[in-house]
Amino acid sequence: MGEKKRKKIKTIKVDVDKCNGCRACEVACSAFHAAPKYSSNNPARSRIRVIREPLKDIYVPVYAGEHARAECMGRDKYTIDGKEYDECSFCRASCPSRDLFKEPDSGLPLKCDMCESDPELKQPLCVQWCITDALVYEEREEEVEEAAAGEELDTGLEALADKYGLDKIMEAVARMAVAKKG
Amino acid sequence: MRYAETGYNLEIDLTRGSIERVATDPRDTELYLGGLGTNAKILWDRVPPEVEPFSPENLLIFSAGLLCGTPATGCNRTIVSTISPQTLLMAFSMMGGFWAPELKYAGYDKVIFRGKSPELVYLWINNDTVELRNASHLRGKGAGETAELIRQELKEPKAQVAAIGLAGENRVYFASIEQGRSSASRGGIGAVMGDKGLKAIAVRGTKDINIARPAEFMELCNEVLEYIKFRNANPIEGVMPILAGLGSPQEMAVHDEKWHTENFMWGNSRLRRKDFWNQEVAEKWTETLEKMRTRLISCYNCPMKCGATISVPGLPTYMMKCFSKLTYTMAAMADLEFGLHIAQRATEYGVDGFSTPQVMAFALELYENGILTDTDLPGLPAGNEERFHWLLDRIVRREGVGDLLANGTYWAAKQIGKGAEAYAHNNIKKHEQLPLKLSMLNPIYFLMYATGEKINITQIEGQFPQAPFATREEREKFVKDWFQVPDEKFKQYLLDWEPRGEKSIPFYPTVPMCCDIVDWQERMHYIDDALGMCAGLSSFPLKPPYHIHNYPKFISAGAGIEMDEEKLTLAARRYRTLVRAINIRRGMRRKDEKPPENHWKKRFPELEKELLDTYYAFKGWNNDGVPTQDSLRGLGLDYVAEDFLKRGILTDAVEAASAEAPKGPAAN
Repeated sequence: MGEKKRKKIKTIKVDVDKCNGCRACEVACSAFHAAPKYSSNNPARSRIRVIREPLKDIYVPVYAGEHARAECMGRDKYTIDGKEYDECSFCRASCPSRDLFKEPDSGLPLKCDMCESDPELKQPLCVQWCITDALVYEEREEEVEEAAAGEELDTGLEALADKYGLDKIMEAVARMAVAKKG
Repeated sequence: MRYAETGYNLEIDLTRGSIERVATDPRDTELYLGGLGTNAKILWDRVPPEVEPFSPENLLIFSAGLLCGTPATGCNRTIVSTISPQTLLMAFSMMGGFWAPELKYAGYDKVIFRGKSPELVYLWINNDTVELRNASHLRGKGAGETAELIRQELKEPKAQVAAIGLAGENRVYFASIEQGRSSASRGGIGAVMGDKGLKAIAVRGTKDINIARPAEFMELCNEVLEYIKFRNANPIEGVMPILAGLGSPQEMAVHDEKWHTENFMWGNSRLRRKDFWNQEVAEKWTETLEKMRTRLISCYNCPMKCGATISVPGLPTYMMKCFSKLTYTMAAMADLEFGLHIAQRATEYGVDGFSTPQVMAFALELYENGILTDTDLPGLPAGNEERFHWLLDRIVRREGVGDLLANGTYWAAKQIGKGAEAYAHNNIKKHEQLPLKLSMLNPIYFLMYATGEKINITQIEGQFPQAPFATREEREKFVKDWFQVPDEKFKQYLLDWEPRGEKSIPFYPTVPMCCDIVDWQERMHYIDDALGMCAGLSSFPLKPPYHIHNYPKFISAGAGIEMDEEKLTLAARRYRTLVRAINIRRGMRRKDEKPPENHWKKRFPELEKELLDTYYAFKGWNNDGVPTQDSLRGLGLDYVAEDFLKRGILTDAVEAASAEAPKGPAAN
C-alpha cells in the first residue's frame, strides 16, 4: 500500500442554469494564456468553451481535459429536462472528432491548467470574469493514497505479458529505448 | 503590427461578385477611431449626395468597433451604416450580439458592400476564405430561421449570422437586420440589404486580436468589471428602477411596468393611461412573462442580461430585445401575451420594433377616421389583435395598402393624402419616434430631439439625470461619487436643479448649461459607436463603468494610439461633424431639426429658438445648422469645407451668427 497524502482538489462548479451565454470565460482564458500574457485575444484558443444553442436553451461551459488520440467508438446524446444535448456536449477531450480545444493554427491540443501561474491567481480567470456565477471555484483537500508507481507498473506489465508473452514485451521495450535515444 | 483592429476591410462588389481584402490606413484610425467614425469617412468619400438609397452606388457597411474582439467588457457592437430609404439621410443603426467580435477574429474590421447582386446571395466569411453563395433557397425565410439554416448547411455551428427576413427582401423602409439576440433596426438598413440582394452574412474567425499594452489593458478591464459589480450591488437611489442600474433597461427581467405603461402613449402615440397598472394586470403580465421567458441572456462578453429567449406556445423560440416587449402591446392597446406573440413574427420578418407597431396603429387610426376604407383594406379582420397580425403580414409583403404602409408613416401619409399627414404626427426627420407626449418643454431633450442624427432619443440621452432630484440632500448624495463627469461644473448644474420654482425646467438648466449637457451626452454615444461599446454600459445609464476619463486609456493601451481626453473629444467631434456634413450635403437643415409639434403641451418658441441658435454656435455650426468653415478646418475637415464651398452650401462670406455666439469647444 502507498502512503496517505493530502492533495488539493481544484473544482470549478458549473451551473448551467446561471449561464447567460456571454462567453466572457472564453475571452478571459484566451487572454490569460496568450504569450506574452494578455497580449492577444482569440476564443478559438480558449480552454473553456460554451457549448451554446440559445434557441434550445442549451448552455454548457466545458473545460478542455485530456487529449484523446482516437475518437470514441460511438457517440452519446443526452436528454436532460427535455433538452437534447448534442453529441460530445459534456466531453472535455480534444479529439479527432471535433475542432474544440485545439490551437487553431497548429492543431495542438489545449488543456485547462486552472490558470496555474506565478504569482498564483486566487481563482482561475474564467471564474473571476463570470460575475453571473455560472462558474464558481472551490478548493478542498482530500486524503489520497499515493499508490507506488512501481506497483501499478508491475500490474500493467503482467497483464501485457499474459497477452503477448514476456519476450515480445522485452523486444518492444528495447525498440522504444532505441527510438527514444534517436 | 496593428493593435485592437485588424487593419483590413473586405470590399464586396455584389454586381460583379468580386471580393477584395483591402489594407486600411492607420492614420484614419487615429483621426476617426473606427466603427461609426471610419464608416462616416467612407460614406463621405464614396457616396455623393446624388446617390439614392436603392442605387447600386449606395454602400452598406458592416463595421466592428475599434475595441471589439478585445477583452473590454460589453464591446461587441456592429455599426451598420448606409443611406436610409426612409430619412434619405445617413443611417447608422447598431447591433450587439456576437457578430462584430467574430468578424475581428476572422481578420477584418469592416465589410463594405456596393452594387446589387442579380441573385439572392449570402456572404460566408471563414477566416481567409470568403465567398458569395446562392441564397435562393432562403428567399422568404425568417431572419432567425435563415441563420439556423445557414449554420446547418455550412456545418459550422459557431458561425455568427446577420440576416434579413421577408421585410428586408421586400425593401420595407423599417426593415431590420437581425443577429443573435440583437438587431440593427432603425432607419431601414434591412431594406438596403434586401435591395442589394444580400440575404445574410455568416462569419467565423479563429485568429488573434492583438493588444498594444496587455497588462495595462487587462487592468482597465478588471476595474470595469469591479465597478459593474459595485453598481449591480448599489443601484442609484431616487430614480425609477429602470434607470437605477446598468445595461439597457432590464425589460426582460422586470415585471413592474407601471412606469412605461402609464407614461408612454398607447395606440398611435395618442393615449396616456394614467391608471392602467393595477394588481390584476401586474399578476397577469407576470404570469405571461414567467411562462414564456426561458432565460435571460447576454451579448458577447457582457454580464448584463438585457435580453431573453421567449417561447410562445405553438411558435418557434426567439430572442427578444428590450423595449419590443411593450411596443406592440401598447400600439394595439392589448396585453403582454399579444405583444410577445406578435413580436415573434415581427422578429422573423425582420422589422423595427418601434416603427412597426406605430405604422400599424397609424393605419388603423386612418381607418377609424374614414381616410382608409374597406376598399383599401379588403378582408381586414374584425378583432383588434387580428388586425395587427393582418397588417403586419401585408406590410412585409407590400400587399395592397401594405405597399404604402411599408414606407413608414411619413411617406405613407403623403401617398395616401386626404389629410393622412396629420396622423403621421410622431416623426422627426421622417422617422417614427418613441411614443411619448409630455407636458412641460424640457430644454435638454428639446436639443437632443432636434439635433440628434441617430434620430432616436435613446441613442443620444444618458449620463445626466432625466429629471431633478426632489431634495438638495438627494442631489448632494448623487454627486458625491459622480466621477464620470467631464467637468466639475456638471455637478453644480445638478445640485441647483429644482423640480419647481426659478431653477426648474424650461429655464433651468440655462441655455449654455443645456449645450454643455447635450454635448457631453452626445459625445459619449459617438465614442461608444466608434469603439463598438454597448451604450448600456457607457453612454446610456447614469454613472456607467466607461466614461471620458478611462476611455482614452482603453484606446491607448488597447489600440496603441496615444490618446487623452482632449484628443478623444476632438476625434469624436470630427466624425460627429462628418455625419452632419453627409446629411447637410443631402439637404438637411435647421428646418428639419424639430421635435414633433405635440411632443410637449407647453412650448416656448423664443426659448427654443435661443436653444437652437446657441447650440449651433456652440457646435461650430452656422444658424442653419451647417458646420462653418472655421470649425471644419479646425477639425481637419478641410475637404468638407472645400466641398461645401464648391456646392454653394457655404460661401466665403463671414458667418456672422457664429462669430457673435458664446465660445464653444469647437471654436477652441
